Amino acid sequence: MPNILVVEDSPTMRQLISFAMRRVPNSRVIESTDGVDALKKLSNEKIDIILADINMPVMDGLKLVSLIRNNDAFKEIPIIIITTEGAEEDRKRALALGADDYLPKPIQTQQLVKMVKDYLGIKA
Amino acid sequence: MKEEIPILRKAEEFLQIFRKGEEFTKSLLKENERLRFRVAELEEELAQSTNESRIKNYKERIRMLEAEIASMKDRFNEVERENKDFAKRYIEVEEENNNLANLYVASYQLHSTLDYEEVLKIVLEIIINLIGAEVFAILLVDEKNNRLIPVAAEGMDKDSIPEMEIDSGLIGEVVTEGEGYFSDEMVRLKEIDPRNPIVCIPLKIKEHVIGVIAFYSFLIQKTSFSSIDYELFNLLAGHAATAIFSSRLYTQSERKLSTIQGFLELLRDKPGK
Repeated sequence: MPNILVVEDSPTMRQLISFAMRRVPNSRVIESTDGVDALKKLSNEKIDIILADINMPVMDGLKLVSLIRNNDAFKEIPIIIITTEGAEEDRKRALALGADDYLPKPIQTQQLVKMVKDYLGIKA
Repeated sequence: MKEEIPILRKAEEFLQIFRKGEEFTKSLLKENERLRFRVAELEEELAQSTNESRIKNYKERIRMLEAEIASMKDRFNEVERENKDFAKRYIEVEEENNNLANLYVASYQLHSTLDYEEVLKIVLEIIINLIGAEVFAILLVDEKNNRLIPVAAEGMDKDSIPEMEIDSGLIGEVVTEGEGYFSDEMVRLKEIDPRNPIVCIPLKIKEHVIGVIAFYSFLIQKTSFSSIDYELFNLLAGHAATAIFSSRLYTQSERKLSTIQGFLELLRDKPGK
């Protein structure tokens, strides 16, 4: 059963992403409101993929990506960034820090579902 | 001599019989030859007629198989067309499904609380995350003074937005007409004029306009409006209006209730003192 960690401060986006992830077979969504909370969840649960926002209180998404990529226990986990920052330089910055993919808001949920399935090796 | 004559006669008779036998044998041989020839002829005819009928049969079979292939090709093309239609329909249904999920989430969030400030925050969140707006403001009608008061904004300072007359300008027109305004192009103005949004939608409870959402700029990746955007605009026009209105009333009534309770407690305490 793949565990999907959704790191997002907006309850609306958290609900929307969790709702979309119902289409990933047998998956379980674990929600986090910021980077610090996400790191706690990572320590307590086996996470298969992370969907993270950039602009969040306490710890932003980019800092979270950087910490995860520098931690041997978590560095292999795929990370997809979902953000309002749509400029090319923001994308490049996130990918350079170690994010695997970058999806600007407003998102097409079918695109996100496909991406997650691809990273988890689930055939459509 | 007399004895010789019967012997000769008998010999002659025997010879004749023999000759007849010879003739008969010859005629039998001839007949046999003729019959053999006829048999050979018939066999050849029969062989020829079998080949022709086989060829005829094969030709018929080929014709039938060709017809069958043609019919199967037609069926295959038909199934392929159907497949394409189904694939197209599947994409449409999936898109519709996603749109409905967006609308469900937006509607669910809007009615998840009666706290006025929280409702305003949720409206801002929906607009940022689901529509992709960057700079926008929510203005509510102050019916006592016939003015539009800014109550929340994103991407700009709320205090930089002036109060506006409800019967003048582009925003005033949206309030009086109750119809949304959409500019022809999603222009990104360098300087934002609070009185001239690029999109303005009324917040309506039935036909009563309680305010507007004015959009001044959209995210860089948002280059056009999709059908779901218009659905969300409609949803916001109705559901956000109800949520804002009811939460404002609830918050006001809560405030009034605590004031009245305070007074009652004061009155109760007074006679005892």
